[in-house]
Amino acid sequence: MSNSVLFDAPGPRTMVRHRLYALATAVALLGLAWYVFDGFNDAGQFDFEKKWEVFTTPDYIRALLVDGLFKTLQMAFGAILGAVAFGVVFGIAKMSDHWWIRWPATVIVEFFRAVPVLLLMVFAWFTLGIKEDSSSFWAVVIALTLYNGAVLAEVLRAGINAVPKGQGEAAYAVGMRKTQVMSNILLPQGVKIMLPSLVSQCIVALKDTALGTLVLAPGLTKVGTQIYLEFNNRVPTMFVVATLYISVNMLLMLLANWLQKRYVGEKKLKVAHVGGGFATGAGGAGGAGGNV
Amino acid sequence: MRLRKAFAATAVSLIAATGLVACGDAGDDGDDGVKVEAKDDCDGKFEEGSRMAELSEAGKINVGHKDDQPGLGFEGATDDRPSGFDIEVAKLLIADLCIDPESDGVNWEVTISDNREPFLEQGKVDLVLASYSITEDRRLKVGQAGPYLVTGQQLLVKADSDVESIDDLKGQEVCSVTGSTSIDRIDEKGAKGVGFDSYSECVAKVLDGTVEGMSTDGTILAGFAAENEGQLKVVGDTFSEENIGVGYSKAEPEMCEWINDVLTASFSDGSWAEAFDITLGPSGVETPEPPALDPCA
Amino acid sequence: MEAVTENWDLFFRSFGYTVALFLIAAVLSMIFGTLLCALRVGPVAIMRAAATTYVTLVRNTPLVIVFAFFSFASPMFGLTFGFLDVHIGQFDFTEAFGAAVVSLTLYTSTFVCEALRSGINSVPLGQAEAARAVGLTFGGTMTQVVLPQAVRASVPPLASVQIAMLKNTSVAAAFGILEAVAQMRRFTNNFSSQRTEIFVCFALGYIVLVLLLSFAANRLERRWRVA
Repeated sequence: MSNSVLFDAPGPRTMVRHRLYALATAVALLGLAWYVFDGFNDAGQFDFEKKWEVFTTPDYIRALLVDGLFKTLQMAFGAILGAVAFGVVFGIAKMSDHWWIRWPATVIVEFFRAVPVLLLMVFAWFTLGIKEDSSSFWAVVIALTLYNGAVLAEVLRAGINAVPKGQGEAAYAVGMRKTQVMSNILLPQGVKIMLPSLVSQCIVALKDTALGTLVLAPGLTKVGTQIYLEFNNRVPTMFVVATLYISVNMLLMLLANWLQKRYVGEKKLKVAHVGGGFATGAGGAGGAGGNV
Repeated sequence: MRLRKAFAATAVSLIAATGLVACGDAGDDGDDGVKVEAKDDCDGKFEEGSRMAELSEAGKINVGHKDDQPGLGFEGATDDRPSGFDIEVAKLLIADLCIDPESDGVNWEVTISDNREPFLEQGKVDLVLASYSITEDRRLKVGQAGPYLVTGQQLLVKADSDVESIDDLKGQEVCSVTGSTSIDRIDEKGAKGVGFDSYSECVAKVLDGTVEGMSTDGTILAGFAAENEGQLKVVGDTFSEENIGVGYSKAEPEMCEWINDVLTASFSDGSWAEAFDITLGPSGVETPEPPALDPCA
Repeated sequence: MEAVTENWDLFFRSFGYTVALFLIAAVLSMIFGTLLCALRVGPVAIMRAAATTYVTLVRNTPLVIVFAFFSFASPMFGLTFGFLDVHIGQFDFTEAFGAAVVSLTLYTSTFVCEALRSGINSVPLGQAEAARAVGLTFGGTMTQVVLPQAVRASVPPLASVQIAMLKNTSVAAAFGILEAVAQMRRFTNNFSSQRTEIFVCFALGYIVLVLLLSFAANRLERRWRVA
């Protein structure tokens, strides 16, 4: 639904009213911005020498980008690669005609969607045997793989359901077998439809790597913590780290939007929420899944 | 890894681009630890087949430490090696095995409360010096020698506060680190412990007045009081006793006697006091008398 | 196992905080998210831009950073929740609780907004046109016709958002609230020999809560199903 349907093209009086609203909003926003800026300024947060110099020091920039951002990206993309594999296997298993495949797959998927990622990370960390050298790195990757994989399994199911029914029927009609229909007809089209959701899931994974600091994993948040403990500049560090996260995530969002336009159009996926599969087995009406 | 190199190259060129405008120079490069020389008397010093002999022979040791407690165990974003009192004591132990504490033979592993025991049990680290309080429950799983430091929990409040001790804060909120022993002691004293992720976060909460005070080891509090002179002060007597010890694996009980011997030697030759002086001294803590060691079982 | 079985009161109290955080932030995030959504589809360009910017920025920030903002940065310009001082039974709702509720609310409302927007998009065009035709204003069209249908269509994505929020309350552990994960870390610190059992107990606690919530959502979904 386009916005213009919700309200008329404004008449002269409405125009005036809208301008007043606009002005009030602008004043309020500027006031808020000033209030925040002034507060930080009074608290000495804009003191370059004490609080910000570290972010122009080459060694620390390198630490932020290489030990921080790069590790974070590695963990997130490692997790997404794993999650895609997990998602494809369990997504298809959930749609199996055999109950003895479908049920365990459903239970596993629902389990990993229901447990907080933080708990999964700690679990993974201990079961891995923390003896291995990069175990905390892998604990983050594995936990995010399981969680995002479970979400993607559900997304994949929705994606395949979104392929027009006639496609599968036509494939059976020309004599293809079940596996062929899935791998040659349904999957390629389903994957195309789920691409945008996949990229949004990357954003989720990227944000969740921040929890890795609790199992000693490297990454942006970890480096940020080291910096503010050393320079006592919690607020500036927070802004720098947040800016880095937001920039990468916005790039991913642009990519997702582009993929959506290029491959999917207006169609939306019907992804059931956790546990939805147990009771009804059906998703609800349209809408983006919970990429939280 | 090629990708990593490419990324590093991009990062460096980015730095070069921005750096030309204003190149900051934050942080200090000075290594503020004591230079501890490795001993060279290890031939036959340790009993054949003991863990110490193996470590000394291999020239390699893994040590668990903390990285977020300035003064005790801290590692900055650009540091190669941690620093602090725990680390200085660890260096004395390492040197006694005839391993150079500055060399690559020493692998410093970060530990947190969650992984100290599993690290020791699985042999990932040989020693843990990570402000590791000696408790009964921990001794069920690992060995703990020492203590090499006895501290007590105190209270840090705003300089203009009327609060004189933890007893004045019954029912009120006192900050400490989530999942630490200190927070349980606060509750036992009738105040309400609120947990954050690090002590410096608690300091911020005390400074902005959202909690009345914070409580943990006096040595840590003294550092923060010195850092914020005129704004914060340490009050009241210590209301708990924490014995900070060295963790080792239960499978290697011979480590205990050795650790105690090294500690005893460091107490008498002044190297323990020197370590204290350069790490915790600058924050205004008097160097105390060395503590009495627990006998090995 | 004794760590938990001998301390059921602590165990349940910690989940009590989790549930309290969740319930309050769920209600507030629904309200604020709806408001944001109205701004985003509304007629005033600057409000649309402000709401869109807000949603884009906050959605892409890790929750930990949003929490850190309200715990450490906002007190610098005088925004604290020190006025909050409510004690009910064993539960204390004070400054940290206020900061956590606000952080969770502001973060989650961006996702509520997105879920509702997708719901609005699923309302047939003719509905809004008809509402306009009978002379309803923008406010009237939204509250009387579009939103009631959009909300029904958004139940599944909204449920996902709120379930995720329930799990996200665990971040409050590092910001002064003794909720489930903070209690778990206290237990594992004091009873390090029973670590695995403690984990399992707390994971089960979360699973029960999530299943309860999704059961409720399913009931609602079936009752409200748009034909």
